[in-house]
Amino acid sequence: MSSFLVRRLIHGVFVVWGVVTAVFLMVRLTGDPAAFLVDPSATREEIEHTRRLLGLDRPVLEQYLAFLAAAPRGDFGASIRHKRPAMALVLEHLWPATVELALAAALLSTLLAVPLGVVSATHKDGAADHVSRLASLLLQSMPGFWLGLLLILLFAVELHGLLPAYGSGSWRHLILPAIALAAAPLAQNTRLVRAGMLEVLQQDFIRTARAKGVPERRVLYRHAFRNSAIPFLTVTGLSLGFMLSGAIIIETVFAWPGLGRLIVQAVPGRDFPVIQAGVFVFALIFVGLNLLVDFLYAVVDPRVRLS
Amino acid sequence: MRGRREAVALASLIVLALVTLVAVLAPQLSPVDPIRNDLLERLTPPMWIAGGSAAHPLGTDTLGRDVLSRLLYGARLSLVVGFATVLISGLIGVAIGVLGGYYGGWLDDVLMRAGDIQLAFPVLLLGVALLSVLGPGLGNLILVLVVSGWITYARIVRGETLSLKHRDFVEAARALGALDRRLIWRHVLPNVWAPIAVVATFSVARTIIAEASLSFLGLGVPAPAPSWGAMLDEGRNYITTGWWLALFPGTAILIVVLVINLLGDWLRDALDPRVERGM
Repeated sequence: MSSFLVRRLIHGVFVVWGVVTAVFLMVRLTGDPAAFLVDPSATREEIEHTRRLLGLDRPVLEQYLAFLAAAPRGDFGASIRHKRPAMALVLEHLWPATVELALAAALLSTLLAVPLGVVSATHKDGAADHVSRLASLLLQSMPGFWLGLLLILLFAVELHGLLPAYGSGSWRHLILPAIALAAAPLAQNTRLVRAGMLEVLQQDFIRTARAKGVPERRVLYRHAFRNSAIPFLTVTGLSLGFMLSGAIIIETVFAWPGLGRLIVQAVPGRDFPVIQAGVFVFALIFVGLNLLVDFLYAVVDPRVRLS
Repeated sequence: MRGRREAVALASLIVLALVTLVAVLAPQLSPVDPIRNDLLERLTPPMWIAGGSAAHPLGTDTLGRDVLSRLLYGARLSLVVGFATVLISGLIGVAIGVLGGYYGGWLDDVLMRAGDIQLAFPVLLLGVALLSVLGPGLGNLILVLVVSGWITYARIVRGETLSLKHRDFVEAARALGALDRRLIWRHVLPNVWAPIAVVATFSVARTIIAEASLSFLGLGVPAPAPSWGAMLDEGRNYITTGWWLALFPGTAILIVVLVINLLGDWLRDALDPRVERGM
């Protein structure tokens, strides 16, 4: 067990190093990073000044080492637009707005997927199964941001503002973006629970449980679902990461004041300290979630630790 | 049951072929030039709504451009980006995967670790990060999607190659004196194409959604070129006055992605029941 965890942890540290390096290289892809890191309207003297200030006149290796030292402290310089430390801005937008939205969508997509998938599996080829599969197929083939627009059209326009379409401030503002973000993962989770249940329900221990008179509900949720939950666990963990990346676009649709929207809004103004810090934080959370899934996996399924 | 699945797949294929045909023939089929604007005709509703006109069957946008024509041309972009990305990232990924799995070595290690790092960036995040530096454009768009896509193929092919290269039939061919090149072409590659075909099909669908998403964020092909994602972006501020601007491009995306996903489902069941739905 411990050697597996240690290996995963070392791998995680390696990936984080890679993420920092990628973010460092990002603004150097097209040559002069000073052009990216200062106000586009700056004069030549101002650019030179910034270049010295940021150490961009020093050798690249030296800059890289300085960046490696600064990134873990969250030091990505000041936002060009907001004139404040980029990391502070990023964290303000991550918590609570983006975390709230991602968690709400994750809860929605997992909690609904279990009963939907179980019912779909136990009524295989019945009406409920067909409806649920058709809905899954449609939701998986629909871009989340378009579903968001349709929700706005329905609730905010056709139903005359039953739910607010833009902004934040109350739990009612959370509903539409959370649904738009949860839809595709919900569809995928439902398909996964259904497939897992269909497989488990054919096995001998289910027949045994039924034969000895265990109530059907208990057979389904205790005996069958628990044993089909392992792939579901991985996907749930990964879909939380997906929620974060989906938040980039859903937050933009609903003007939700989170990290995704902060990054998107930083692009036209070429506010690279904010983009770098935001990309770094997003990737870090994604890596952390993957690591967490690996750990949970090892806890739930003893076979994983041995491989 | 079997027959119905086949019928669904066939219908999907026909729809996809029709969309492709429409995309190819967009210049002939479009009623008007898709980028010609006419401010006197702006926000004309579809022809079956009061105030609509037969000159613009699906209405016009905020600049008076014909929505139907833009949809037809938009199909070109979605299909080109979807298929080109999958073709390029598939070729790169399969080559890296099969060579890495077969020969191993430090280059294999480096590329696989690079892939691990790349997977820390979900496609939209990578897209926003890279396109903010490189600038929008068709080439950069495809580049970003390829960078984000190759690793999936490389991992699958590498795993299959590793398990294949010590199988008896490969060892036997090697004992008979077959060269590496022949072993790879004749014995390894034919055995990995089935899972790759399945993953590639689902990838086309996901790439089309990713393209639409990046275009929606203003990071796709620059205006005024018609793109379904960008049309939705332009339409979203006029959702109260011009609902058709938000409805039609999204429906187009839904139809194309849906039929490709249906084809993928069918292909997965037909070729390789072990392949899980692509992650």
